[in-house]
Amino acid sequence: MAVDVRGLTGWLRAFADSISEHAAELTQLDAAIGDADHGTNMKRGMQAVTTMLDDSEFETADALLKKVGMTLVSSVGGASGPLYGTFFLRAGTALADTTEIDAADFGAALRAGVEGMVARGKAELGDKTLYDAWAPALTAYDDAGADGDLGAALAAAAAAAARGRDETTPMVARKGRASYLGERSAGHQDPGATSTTLLLESAAASLG
Amino acid sequence: MKKLINDPADVVKEALLGIEAAHRDRVRVDHENRIVYRADAPVQGKVGLISGGGSGHEPMHGGFVGLGMLDAACAGEVFTSPVPDQMMAATKGVDGGAGVLHIVKNYTGDVMNFEMAAEMAAADAGTEVLSVVTDDDVAVQDSLYTAGRRGVGVTVLLEKIVGAAAEEGRPLAEVADLARRVNDHGRSMGMALTSCTVPSAGKPTFDLSETDMELGVGIHGEPGRQRLPVAPAKDVAALLVDPVLQDLPYGQGDSVIAFVNGMGGTPLIELYIMFHEVSQLLEKAGVTVARSLVGSYITSLEMAGCSVTLLKADDELVRLWDAPVNTPGLRWGV
Repeated sequence: MAVDVRGLTGWLRAFADSISEHAAELTQLDAAIGDADHGTNMKRGMQAVTTMLDDSEFETADALLKKVGMTLVSSVGGASGPLYGTFFLRAGTALADTTEIDAADFGAALRAGVEGMVARGKAELGDKTLYDAWAPALTAYDDAGADGDLGAALAAAAAAAARGRDETTPMVARKGRASYLGERSAGHQDPGATSTTLLLESAAASLG
Repeated sequence: MKKLINDPADVVKEALLGIEAAHRDRVRVDHENRIVYRADAPVQGKVGLISGGGSGHEPMHGGFVGLGMLDAACAGEVFTSPVPDQMMAATKGVDGGAGVLHIVKNYTGDVMNFEMAAEMAAADAGTEVLSVVTDDDVAVQDSLYTAGRRGVGVTVLLEKIVGAAAEEGRPLAEVADLARRVNDHGRSMGMALTSCTVPSAGKPTFDLSETDMELGVGIHGEPGRQRLPVAPAKDVAALLVDPVLQDLPYGQGDSVIAFVNGMGGTPLIELYIMFHEVSQLLEKAGVTVARSLVGSYITSLEMAGCSVTLLKADDELVRLWDAPVNTPGLRWGV
């Protein structure tokens, strides 16, 4: 099944709802090893995205995702704003001229978005960041979506992200504010990997 | 949570209204973009200095806008970096034709947002922008495996000194070099007696018992490097001063600007007790205090505790420190 602009809009709205629902939990995770604002910031950003979606019409996936990226950059702040913003900006660029998005297109967009985030945040696997959820998710997506089944690819990606998220718990942070805690950052689940899992779970639920 | 606020969502907005009402002789506020401008910005022919960061550190940065210091400060949400749009607007608003320097504290979010702003400014091909990142916190030992040292107390001293240099009409490259020199010669270490409460979170960011203190904290209520039983001021002073002295290192015959900073919830009487202990330790180490600053200038909401910053100072830095400044937070010589 191919995805169009309407499908992507549904995904973004589902993600906004999910963030809203989990905002307190994200903030609590961030309080343990960061600065207690991840839930609040993401909620503010996705509310801005929702308002923007209510007020706008988009012809292309490219234009939609770029606008989402700029909205997040302009409204979230912290590290999450540039990271999530860069993700959507790059994912949008990867979908330029694509109207009917198939599993391969969507996978390429996710990968381009993640590569943009990694370039911005300079994270490596095991640093206890959102990349620890994204990296296994991309691999699982490609494996499960090899025959073009978008639903299977997204379900596998969401499940792999959740496992990656869980695996951040024992890690010692090497990026972001949590890295200042050194060994004391171990034993806490990474908030960014948690919101990443929500993004992919929303995709699996609404696009799958 | 007991706070003198109306609504947690309006804290930054309403504080900016207050800054404007109290200090309109020196600053004006762009409420839409949450920028505090020097009243006469842009100053033609002068390098524009902008900084910014999360709110909750007052008087930094908005309180350091004015003659001899910053031209503009971008206010983020509490403990959250401002966004590139604000920095772009501020850059444009202070450009008097001599370029703009961004002063950025080394936190992942601040650095990324200022980087995006600088990229957008380059794409716009307008104003010449240079950036300086402050990273003076010796509590962060291993910069290879972390986001690097945090920008803390030296940021205040840097904004004052570099502001004076910009006021003299020095060119952008020279102002940026001076900023890097100040950062390279400054070191800080902080501690907390209590946590702070982010208004939107509603409860203390971390738990700290009546009998414990947190050594090596930053300015966001983040837990520090080590938890220790509370100790007399003279022992706390040694825990802060020793790692700072060892890090640069400062030594016999050096002259410093010594800054004892309150984290927001510690009274001045205790800061003076701390300053006394710090000056004794410096005397013992053969380090001369050329100038001093005591007070709450870079805070972490209502957190109790303090930090010590030492900036190795030559005659030029001391002269620039003494130059006139007229901001809501620092004012002398005018």
